[in-house]
Amino acid sequence: MITLKGVEKSFGKQVVLRGVNLTIPTGQLTTIIGPSGEGKSVLLKHIIGLMKPDRGEIWVDGVELSRLTGKALNEVRKRFAMLFQSAALFDSMTVFDNVAFPLREKRLVPEREVPRVVNDMLERVGLTGMGHKFPAELSGGMKKRVGLARALVMGPEIILFDEPTTGLDPLMAKTIHDLIRAMHKVFGFTAVMVSHDIPAIFSISDWVAMLKHGQIIAMAPSHEFPRLSHPDVREFLSVMDGGMSVPVDA
Amino acid sequence: MQPFKTVVIALPGKTGRVSLWVIQEMGRMFLFLLQVGLWALRPPFRPREILKQLHVIGFKTTFVVVLTAIFTGMVLALQGYYSLRKFGAEALLGSAVALSMIRELGPVLASLMVTARSGSAMTAEIGLMRITEQIDALETMAVNPVQYLITPKMLAAILVVPLLVSMFDVVGIWGGYVVGVQLLGASAGSFWSSVESAVEWRDVYGGLLKAVSFGVIVSWVCCYKGFYTQMSAEGLGKATTEAVVLTSVLILVWDYFLTSVLL
Repeated sequence: MITLKGVEKSFGKQVVLRGVNLTIPTGQLTTIIGPSGEGKSVLLKHIIGLMKPDRGEIWVDGVELSRLTGKALNEVRKRFAMLFQSAALFDSMTVFDNVAFPLREKRLVPEREVPRVVNDMLERVGLTGMGHKFPAELSGGMKKRVGLARALVMGPEIILFDEPTTGLDPLMAKTIHDLIRAMHKVFGFTAVMVSHDIPAIFSISDWVAMLKHGQIIAMAPSHEFPRLSHPDVREFLSVMDGGMSVPVDA
Repeated sequence: MQPFKTVVIALPGKTGRVSLWVIQEMGRMFLFLLQVGLWALRPPFRPREILKQLHVIGFKTTFVVVLTAIFTGMVLALQGYYSLRKFGAEALLGSAVALSMIRELGPVLASLMVTARSGSAMTAEIGLMRITEQIDALETMAVNPVQYLITPKMLAAILVVPLLVSMFDVVGIWGGYVVGVQLLGASAGSFWSSVESAVEWRDVYGGLLKAVSFGVIVSWVCCYKGFYTQMSAEGLGKATTEAVVLTSVLILVWDYFLTSVLL
């Protein structure tokens, strides 16, 4: 279980997180929604230890991540993987080498096993035969799928998704969502996703939380979230999905 | 009242802020260098990455270094010949060209060429990796980005800059020979004998010592500027410019102090 207690973060005079309290259930897919610029990606980077909070605590299964540095932090990070908004593929490497990178760096499998494991993972994300291509030769959706393959190949317990469908057409966004859901079912990892993709996220998430004004203002199971009466939630959903969410009095 | 306030309050305030920023930046740069040094001693040592960087920093800079060296040697011989002829000392042309090359021009100009050709590319590459979250991706995979990205570049620069400087020296002296002897008619025998009698091993060692320290400066400053670039295209452009300017200035300043110690 991932628990955030009173997490605060500022960049100069700009306060981004103002005491975030959040509990992410193990083995479930939790999506964080909220207006742009509210610090959702910053929150994800705190969860994986890329950023340190000014105040507050971040606990991952009984270990306080926010106090760890160096080797101890890396030990905890081995349980994580992250799919970045831009996919963050290494552009000097082929698709194959990108996916093989964590396997080789961490010696997770013997070198002779690497091709089999990588090709199997590429097949799972629908990129069979694409291993020789470079990231610059791929479409946005393909890059996200390579990023997902690279995240999954490490066999992580927790995967963070930073706006995985941003910049994709609706069809490709649905493909990526379906892939995330399918992989989540197969591998059973804990997933934390930041997304604006409403109403699609309600069908793939187990839990939905909303971040606004630097705080989690609401969290509920995904099927209940559209019925929440919180005014900020109502306003956000009505703007984002064009009134498709269930009315509060329904 | 307003000008008084500007001078008495705002100016010292601004000076203080700039001074603090400079001290902070210097501290961060030295910590970065220390980090690179410590990671260089810890496995994995990544020989393939070092070889790749030797190719990028060394081989790909060879052409521009050779070209600069030829013309530097040629112009040095041209100027030297006419100056020495006034005193009837054309026979010393070889020693003038060789000593200038080996002690000063070789290390400084070759390092400036490495800065322009490879240093700027290092800043741009690392900076782009920062902007596109590739460095964050390395960290999430529990791979230290300093060890993976910076250490091989710095080790390669330390190894390859002395080689490029040696090449610069040899080609530059040859360029001086072509102009001095072949074009202007100085004696070939006196050219080479003055080189042999004037150049001592300590001149060569001094030049190579400079080359090693310049290799550290080029890779240190250029990697640092890329690693801590601002997260925008404009910021990356600024970082690249700053890297080239700061490296060039540091090379010249450090050259003066090192020369004063070596002489």
